[in-house]
Amino acid sequence: MSAKLAISRPAEGAAGKTGTWRTFRPVVDREACNECGLCRQYCPDAAIDENLDIDLDYCKGCGICAKECPKKAITMVREED
Amino acid sequence: MAIPDEEYILKTTSACAGCPSSLILRYVTKAAGPDTVLVIPACCTSVIQGVYPTTAMNIPVYNVAFASAAAVGSGMSEAFRACGKKTNVICYAGDGGTVDIGIQALSGALERGNDFLYVCYDNEAYSNTGMQRSGATPFAARTTTTPAGKQDLKKDLDAIVAAHNPVYQATACAAYPVDLYNKVVKALSMPGPKFMHVLAPCPPGWRFPSEETIEMGKLAVKSGMWVLWERDHGKLAITGASKAAMVKRIPVADYLTRQGRFKGITEEQIAEIQAAIDRSIGCLQKEVESEC
Repeated sequence: MSAKLAISRPAEGAAGKTGTWRTFRPVVDREACNECGLCRQYCPDAAIDENLDIDLDYCKGCGICAKECPKKAITMVREED
Repeated sequence: MAIPDEEYILKTTSACAGCPSSLILRYVTKAAGPDTVLVIPACCTSVIQGVYPTTAMNIPVYNVAFASAAAVGSGMSEAFRACGKKTNVICYAGDGGTVDIGIQALSGALERGNDFLYVCYDNEAYSNTGMQRSGATPFAARTTTTPAGKQDLKKDLDAIVAAHNPVYQATACAAYPVDLYNKVVKALSMPGPKFMHVLAPCPPGWRFPSEETIEMGKLAVKSGMWVLWERDHGKLAITGASKAAMVKRIPVADYLTRQGRFKGITEEQIAEIQAAIDRSIGCLQKEVESEC
């Protein structure tokens, strides 16, 4: 395939480490979490894995997970600069 | 139906925080699987894919001109079928590229009966260029080109598409990903032209905080402003959370007043929107009961 063709190849981080966008960081209280997985279902960027760990390199801090958590186990904490 | 763990959108696109379109695309691609080509005209999704030479999209994407998504999709699917391939062809377009700029190509492709799925994610304005009014912007919504609120009604895209009698047509909402997933799976199981219209509550465009994307979608459905339904070979069925909304709805003011784009809306305008919702739900109910 000619390198001159303008074809982009799939790669993680194609839009950079979007975690740097955050002003608020999700913090999970594992005691309160009942592992329902709704946070993972609703995360627009699939930044929450099957163990419900949040990938802070990419989490943009939208806060949907905290808002939708039925157990209120996620709180949004302001990032220190 | 169990939703697969595979993700076809790699971490991450440059979509805004809380983007409903990213969420919708996650579930559309999960339902479609790896043997899929996305056809994307100018829209938010064409600008968020990443920076050349890398992309966050882990399935083939064909970025095409604004007006041409459905024309490209129908030709591509014909070519795949001629080669004996069953590859899914999905056009993934915004409301501007569907109800305004791409409507001619969409009408043509639906009429030709090609085997493809067209998904319109509707955030009710031209969002990636800064929230200008589109044909899908609802009555009374402020955009950068309707600063005093839109004076015209939202174009009834679903009625236009229904007039083409596609094999499968459905609405969905970003707040109900399982309903969306099931409908995409069902659509792709049928040969012929399929169309889906998905509501995408856009935090910066509609002016609400990014964590309320899902909540805003739920309010849209609970108020009847958006109805989840499917038309399988012309037969209408109401699905999911909209079954309850057909009988009992929250006042539409609860949905409108949560969004900055409806700031300054008058009581008369709210009453007008409420009356329009009650009327359209009544029509849907009659169609479900096969009275019209």
